[in-house]
Amino acid sequence: MAAPTMDRSTAAAPASPVQTLTISKALNMGLRAAMEANPKVIMMGEDIGKLGGVFRITDGLQKDFGEQRVLDTPLAESGIIGTAVGLAIRGYRPVCEIQFDGFIFPGFDQIVSQVAKLHYRTQGKIKLPIVIRVPFGGGIGAVEHHSESPESYFAHTAGLKVVSCSNPADAYWMIQQAIDSDDPVLFFEPKRRYYEKGEVDTTAQPGKLFESRVLRPGTDATLVAYGPMVRTSLDAANAAAEDGTSLEVIDLRTLSPLDLAPVYDSVRRTGRLVVVSEAPSESSIASEIAAKVQQECFYSLQAPVLRVTGFDTPYPPSKLEEEFLPDLDRVLHAVDRSLAW
Amino acid sequence: MSSPEQWTHPEPDAAPAATAAKPTAEQVIAGLRATDEGGADLVQLLTPEGERVTHPDFDIDISAEELRGLYRDMVLIRRVDREANALQRKGQLGIWVPLLGQEAAQIGSGRAMRPTDMAFPSYREHGIAWTRGINPTELLGIFRGTDQGTWDPVEKRFHPYTIVIGNQVLNAAGYAMGQKFDGKVGDDDGEATMCFFGDGATSQGDVHEGFVWAAVYDAPLVFFCQNNQWAISEPTERQSRLPLYQRARGYGFPGIRVDGNDVLATLAVTRWALDECRHGNGPILIEAFTYRMDAHTTSDDPTRYRLSDELEMWKLKDPIERVKVYLVKQQWADSEFFESVEADADKLGEELREFCTNMPDPPAERIFSNVYAEGNPNLEAQRDEFLGYVSGFAGGEH
Repeated sequence: MAAPTMDRSTAAAPASPVQTLTISKALNMGLRAAMEANPKVIMMGEDIGKLGGVFRITDGLQKDFGEQRVLDTPLAESGIIGTAVGLAIRGYRPVCEIQFDGFIFPGFDQIVSQVAKLHYRTQGKIKLPIVIRVPFGGGIGAVEHHSESPESYFAHTAGLKVVSCSNPADAYWMIQQAIDSDDPVLFFEPKRRYYEKGEVDTTAQPGKLFESRVLRPGTDATLVAYGPMVRTSLDAANAAAEDGTSLEVIDLRTLSPLDLAPVYDSVRRTGRLVVVSEAPSESSIASEIAAKVQQECFYSLQAPVLRVTGFDTPYPPSKLEEEFLPDLDRVLHAVDRSLAW
Repeated sequence: MSSPEQWTHPEPDAAPAATAAKPTAEQVIAGLRATDEGGADLVQLLTPEGERVTHPDFDIDISAEELRGLYRDMVLIRRVDREANALQRKGQLGIWVPLLGQEAAQIGSGRAMRPTDMAFPSYREHGIAWTRGINPTELLGIFRGTDQGTWDPVEKRFHPYTIVIGNQVLNAAGYAMGQKFDGKVGDDDGEATMCFFGDGATSQGDVHEGFVWAAVYDAPLVFFCQNNQWAISEPTERQSRLPLYQRARGYGFPGIRVDGNDVLATLAVTRWALDECRHGNGPILIEAFTYRMDAHTTSDDPTRYRLSDELEMWKLKDPIERVKVYLVKQQWADSEFFESVEADADKLGEELREFCTNMPDPPAERIFSNVYAEGNPNLEAQRDEFLGYVSGFAGGEH
């Protein structure tokens, strides 16, 4: 992408370009940079203005950019997405916040029927540079509809692009790249990791948006994850290393289009693959990866591709989420099964 | 036209609507009858008998030339509709969505728009398309299955046909918000947006949300509901207890019921509403009270759910005949004019038939084209694999 202008006089101007930031702050700074770079970038969502969003991702933006660029919208998700379509046709680049994953479904019709298809229907005469930000996943002890992982629905829908960040540096750059994209992008944010810290170099040349990345090299087996499960997978790799097992960890980053070349390369070396995701496994991203890897790496595989995922149930009451969510032990158990095959 | 106070400031304590026009409870329950009288609030300027009447709040100063133009528009778009319907019967179109009976609602409202205004149609809006300068041949591909609408929606300021009921209402609200954000609202040169939908759509959540959004952002949006009395087999009473135009009050903007078979009244009311919007007094709901004279689509059989006497009654309210009677009575048009319009219609019909029967099927690559603005390498690989497979057959096609 074209690097956004770096004039961020009103932002927390860093003395050094490298700062330690949380994912939430990195997203906030990324959004601010995008708004400064392009006056057509607007934010839409519930409670994102004065309150700064329930997770404070848009904190301070309405104060600095005004109510016409940071819209506290009426409380209806189809309305948010549907009006974003009209604004995009008018030349705006709307960034919609869906307050929680489980609330995206009232907007599902507009996303699938209009956002995903207008470019195709008009054969390119209408472009919809819309970003739909979704805090997703569990692990925060919440009530129903606040802990879901609905990304597979959108990855299944042609016309949409779907990404997920797992660390502050990616959060800062990927949100700006998503806003720069002329395609609609579903941007899944790992809400349980919002307050994890990491280094962000705001002058670095970012990698491409729709690219997977090897985060940790290894030789015995490959772990593939995205969003909140990247941290879990890295922790598992650390633990495995203490036992002398070398795990390669790949952060998928892009869920649609999938960028599986690094996964194929890895599996051809390790012969073993475990896919980790919070979403239920049936007909999921994890399933798609398993299908593609067996097709592309059939003769390299030493064991079947295994999936460590949430169960094929609705998200349970939160007292049970520790059992529902893949954790370090379940990942390592799968690795053991793969190695013992 | 000035803005009558009563329309711009709906009174919450006003008496409920006249209920005289409601069908009997038995008829509603049986689903046998739609409302056929517009009620006391119906705005009408030209009666079904071709009598020019006045209305206390709305009037129009129409020249002979303008009215001849509206007549010609209605005759031509009716011919387009009948030709396309026949093309479906001959197997040249997969389906057609007839507008028969709604010519005045569409030509009147469509001709009220300026080129700088934007329009968001549903899928029966062939008359609106006509007023936006879209060649009727461009509608055929949608129903033949060769494309999904080929006009440039930005250049024509006419959005693609929207088939999911009500979706376009929110898209229109967003577009109108953009017009406002762009500073294009507030004076005579202001821009406005029109959104077209039917009586069935008024039950959709997206339409309610569109009302809410447009209201709270003061969007320059005219909601134009063509109440043609039937949503496939369901009469309007299945969608609402209240006459549809009265719903606007609940959202805080004016709602007006106009005789949708009266092109003059529709033009007058829509012009006024657009003018209000471009000055910053939007949104406004117009309910065009009309009737779907043909089936929902060529796949539908209305004899299963409605009585033929209803159709006979509405035939007497034909939108074109009343204009013809008035033009003759005023001596604004002679037989030469009417013959020239017929000749134009014949020519248009012939062009349509010729075009339709010669439309080529799209190439296989079209399946994969323009899914994304910035491409998708996985999809490109899938395309190449499929095209390679296809080219493996003798002659390159199977």
